Amino acid sequence: MSPQELQVQQKREVDKKQEGTVPARTFVPTADIFEGEGALTVVLEMPGVDKNRVDISVEDGILSVEGQLDFSKYEGMQPVYTEYNIGNYRRSFSLSNKIDQGKIGAEMKDGILTITLPMAEEAKPRRISIT
Amino acid sequence: MYHPLDALFDFQRALESRFDSDWLRGTTAGTGAFPPINVFQQGDNLVAILEVPGVNKDDLEIQAKDNAVRISGKKNISYPEGVSLHRRERLTGSFDRTLTVPIQIDAQGIKAEYRDGLLALFLPRAESDKPRTIRIN
Repeated sequence: MSPQELQVQQKREVDKKQEGTVPARTFVPTADIFEGEGALTVVLEMPGVDKNRVDISVEDGILSVEGQLDFSKYEGMQPVYTEYNIGNYRRSFSLSNKIDQGKIGAEMKDGILTITLPMAEEAKPRRISIT
Repeated sequence: MYHPLDALFDFQRALESRFDSDWLRGTTAGTGAFPPINVFQQGDNLVAILEVPGVNKDDLEIQAKDNAVRISGKKNISYPEGVSLHRRERLTGSFDRTLTVPIQIDAQGIKAEYRDGLLALFLPRAESDKPRTIRIN
């Protein structure tokens, strides 16, 4: 069986609460989230973002991720034909579980950011044995 | 002072203003196909930048013939066993697209670079295709 043909996903712009003073566009990275083995994993697609330009924070149960595009690469380039726009990325999620802040891990490869959020000890399910 | 975001915004507008360009119309296999392509002019040469986040370098194949470049490959996503998926937005599948540019390119001189999920193809203009200045006698 041949694998399915890959579709283009249109970039979605961030819904802003306040308007920025500079009207540059910011996009919402496509995400996968899964849970297993005492950790939550968030995978975000941020093409064009270098690992040194990623900012991850967890505050008051909100995971916020920002990725800055390495825009210097486009210097001296004149667009002649375009199908997509470029820009920085931003997305946040409210976490339902308590996260062990000290153990958050992140990895970046081929424009994909993988964040591992280990659940805090008290948030892990405990098996209660009946005696 | 010039704010870096101003530069980005100007560039975003320049990209948008080219969305309806018919520069490649009819020559590139299907607009809206994956991967999305942007083509830039850099001096005499062209640079095509394709967004292929999550595609392994080894799963990308690039072939060139005359002034056409074919980009094919596949994007796989694997989830660890036993996890429960909360959100699944990323797509997987295979792709095959041919980019044909309206200038003569030096197929031997094409270079490809893959970094941070972006594939950049450097398409040098063929010497024979470069404009000559005609002197008026």
